Amino acid sequence: MIRLLLNRLWQTAIVLFGVSVITFIIMHSAPGHPLQANPELRLDPTAVERWLELRELDEPLPAQYIGWLSRMFRGDFGKSLIYNRPVPELALERLPATLLLTVPAFLLALGLAISCGTWAALRQGGFVDRLLGLATLAGLSLPSFWLGIILMMLFSYGYPWLPASGMRTAENSSVSDILAHLVLPVTMLVAGSFSYYVRYVRYTVLAVLSQDFIRIARARGFTELYIVFRHVLPNASLPIVTVAALSLPQLFTGALVAEYVFSWPGIGRWIVTSTLARDYPVIMAVNLSAAALVAFSNFLADLLFLLIDPRLRFKA
Amino acid sequence: MKRQQGAELYLGIALILLLTVLAVFSPLFANYDPHQTDAKRWLQSPGEEHFFGTDRLGRDIYSRVVYGARVSLAVGFLAMLFSITVGTALGALAGYFGGFADQLIMRLTDIVLVYPAMLLALTLAAIFEPAIWLVVLVIGATGWPAVARLVRGEILRLKSLEFAAASRMLGASHWRVLLIHLLPNAFGPILVAATVAVPAAILTEAGLGYFGLGIQPPIPTWGNMLREAQNYIRHAWWYATFPGAAIFITVFAFHLMGEGFRQRLDPDSQPGRGRRAYYH
Repeated sequence: MIRLLLNRLWQTAIVLFGVSVITFIIMHSAPGHPLQANPELRLDPTAVERWLELRELDEPLPAQYIGWLSRMFRGDFGKSLIYNRPVPELALERLPATLLLTVPAFLLALGLAISCGTWAALRQGGFVDRLLGLATLAGLSLPSFWLGIILMMLFSYGYPWLPASGMRTAENSSVSDILAHLVLPVTMLVAGSFSYYVRYVRYTVLAVLSQDFIRIARARGFTELYIVFRHVLPNASLPIVTVAALSLPQLFTGALVAEYVFSWPGIGRWIVTSTLARDYPVIMAVNLSAAALVAFSNFLADLLFLLIDPRLRFKA
Repeated sequence: MKRQQGAELYLGIALILLLTVLAVFSPLFANYDPHQTDAKRWLQSPGEEHFFGTDRLGRDIYSRVVYGARVSLAVGFLAMLFSITVGTALGALAGYFGGFADQLIMRLTDIVLVYPAMLLALTLAAIFEPAIWLVVLVIGATGWPAVARLVRGEILRLKSLEFAAASRMLGASHWRVLLIHLLPNAFGPILVAATVAVPAAILTEAGLGYFGLGIQPPIPTWGNMLREAQNYIRHAWWYATFPGAAIFITVFAFHLMGEGFRQRLDPDSQPGRGRRAYYH
């Protein structure tokens, strides 16, 4: 088990190193340097040279990479070209809004998916199962930003029930106001990830249901409810946790799109606007930390399996 | 039940054929020039003259949606070809030869897979000038690792079967065994991966277009039409509705077809296969 963990840790380290190299290469293959990102800026060439020298941008690439990496390790992620403030500071300001949006959406989607998926699997081939199959296929086909726009057209403009954008109405800090702002973006996020999870849940529950111990439990006369909660769901939990953990990149993408569509003042919208404005330090820090976060959560998921499933501890 | 399952496959294929005809023969189906502006008829609601209404410059939305099918399908197919080709080649090498090549290729897939695909695509599209071939490359670059992993798994499984050992015994070279005997047997899963890759690429292309980093106007794409439409959703419901519906129908058609293939090649009645997913 220790060997397994060390092996995974080593692989994660390699991935993180690769991510840093690739992010660095992508940024440096950008034509010109950050000061040329805005062609309307007319700058004195000697000032540009001085600026590059100050930021060590005139050194050879490997030296720049090492310098950049060591600054990252010291927590210096650079300053945003737009706000002229440290990147982590800007990110932390926006983190609560993003969590407020994504955590409820994630829990809601997963909870719904586990209940609907289990139900569909128990009645495989039945009406509900087939309807759910078609509905999730449709859910996976919906472009999420279009769904957001449609929701906004229907429930903010067609029937003016819910606010269309932002997180709160000016001079109104009540909880119900924030909740009203949450409804549409959360619905949009849930629609996408529910369809994604529910197919896995149904598939794994079906796999568990076909095993011998379920037939034996049935033969022993246990009620269906007891079998589902005592035998099926615990055995199906491992793959479901895997999929939930591995869906972190999708959650990230979901937040990007939902926050952009609904002008939600979180990290996602900031990332999109920074990318559109070619704010290189922000793009670089965001790419690196998003990838590192995913790599780290994959590692945590592996740890979690060892805790959930004692069989794995002995297998390796 | 059996007949119902077949229906998904045929409905999907029929829709895709229809969309392909629409894309190839766009000038025959569009009743207006998609670039023709008309200052007097901007933001007209759908009617007999303009089936889907007109946009902010008075261009016919129906004709633009028809022409948009060209870009979407072209990008979808080309990005799929890219990720399937690269993924199959690298996955087959990793699975068959193992050792250092396997380690190298698998770590590379790990590295690409930890980037949220949309973020990577956005970053790449922001840094380089967005052109059609670049959008294809960007989407393909995020799509190949999943294919590589799948093909590697299939080749590992097939390699251990007796017919592979038998053909080696008869004097076939490694390359012959891999290319003539193993890869054709992995065709089924690769086909399913291909039918999943096309709609994923179409969605990413539309997303990039919506963010303004995809294929740029004046070429009409469903994504950049939605971007233009978002400022007018309060007054012109048709502006955003029809391009989005086109994306939805196209992606849905590919998903129907993929689902049909999957049910034939890997029916849910074989639940044992599901366990591969979590023990890796």
